[in-house]
Amino acid sequence: MNEQFLLSLITGIFIGGVAGYLGSLMVSKRMALVGGALGHLTLPGIALALIYGFDVSLGALPLVALGIILIWLFEIRTKLPTEALTAVVFASGVAAAFLILPSEKTVTALIGDISQVELYGSIISIILATIVFLVIRKIFPKMILSNISEDLAKVQGINVKKYNFIFLALIAIIVALGVKIVGGLLTAALVAIPACAARNVSRNLFQYSYGGMIIGAASCVSGILLFKLTGFPAGPLVILASTFFFLISLIFKKS
Amino acid sequence: MNENTILKVKNLNVELDGEKIIENLNFEVKEKETLVILGPNGAGKTVLLRTLLSLLPYRGEIQWQKGLKIGYVPTGLPLTKEIPLTIKEFFDLKGISQKEVLEVLRAVGMADSEILGKRVAFLSSGQFQRLLVAWGLTGNPQVLLFDEPTAGIDIGGEETIYTLLKKLRNEKELTILLVTHDLTIVYKLADNVICLNKKALCQGLPLEVLTPQHLSQLYGGEIKFYQHKHE
Repeated sequence: MNEQFLLSLITGIFIGGVAGYLGSLMVSKRMALVGGALGHLTLPGIALALIYGFDVSLGALPLVALGIILIWLFEIRTKLPTEALTAVVFASGVAAAFLILPSEKTVTALIGDISQVELYGSIISIILATIVFLVIRKIFPKMILSNISEDLAKVQGINVKKYNFIFLALIAIIVALGVKIVGGLLTAALVAIPACAARNVSRNLFQYSYGGMIIGAASCVSGILLFKLTGFPAGPLVILASTFFFLISLIFKKS
Repeated sequence: MNENTILKVKNLNVELDGEKIIENLNFEVKEKETLVILGPNGAGKTVLLRTLLSLLPYRGEIQWQKGLKIGYVPTGLPLTKEIPLTIKEFFDLKGISQKEVLEVLRAVGMADSEILGKRVAFLSSGQFQRLLVAWGLTGNPQVLLFDEPTAGIDIGGEETIYTLLKKLRNEKELTILLVTHDLTIVYKLADNVICLNKKALCQGLPLEVLTPQHLSQLYGGEIKFYQHKHE
């Protein structure tokens, strides 16, 4: 096992695990597609990162920040559904990226290439993923309560707007990290599929949320291992692995 | 404010989306009193409760007794079928100790040996109502605000919710503000009633205030009410 492979694997475990954990909250709030939309929007940034040779997550960051501001504004101001935002704004990200992407970098931008991760990028990803995990863990009860009833949450003194914004910010960070593994196109699957699989087999909130995390991490490990074995790109393999876990979960699902 | 007065509302005005929902409402609630807020759907009853909880902006005065703990039992909550949540985890969201969870569940008649591990989504609507009451009872409030406790529950369930409320009221010496459109409740539980249809159309003791005239003003139309006595 060489160093690069190990680095990719460890980075994948952390990002995939936290993405699955966050995904459990996103799915419960019906925001799974937000992750995908944000990923699309980052494509011009990823393109620039690939052209000028810096970390793709760094390229993704300003665009993902723009994305959550847009979601925040549109939802607050117009109550426009995220669906409309996805069609209007985020698809433009894909279109814009193709104006600048050189053809040899297209595949990497769209579906990621974890084998290109460097040491500093990896360390920062791991630290950020850990911080995101700790924050999610802290706000989890409040987010679930707001989900069940905004009124009950507010009566408890929970500032629902503030926590919704923190939540969006966490999604932004995970998407920016996630594009390392799955590129700009597949981020929705990275957050959503592990959570959906976990929901099928879990019997309580604890199992659901940590199940998402475990399946997310396992999908990344499987995908990256398969990439090492077969040479096919890791990003799609990670997603296919999580789909496989999801199908298995359907078998075990109690009706 | 009088020692005995739990709540004083003066000139309350609530406007939402440019529409006047509550106009110049005045009333007082004394300790251990049960006040029923009666009115047709859309009369502003839920808005009133939410305003009293500072969930909505208002003009006028709302004065609660200092240091009061208020419990809130909302209406029409969709059962969370989407994410798996046990009853214990539900109370964990509020950080309630297992001991207190069992206490409040016992108070609403739901404590059995396996209750903590039961999924919230698998409760019947009657049981879910009781669960929300239990939630409202955590922290030992002095006041309980109930929004339409019977909404969506069949007649059998209705009867038990009100027996429960009567029991709780006596056991825990609660002051209760209860919102309903159901007239029977007034006779069963209320010390005082406010007929609300944006404004207070009548206020006072149920027997005095619930005349056919007032009722038709409240509900709009010819009303006759026959009280069924079968207990």
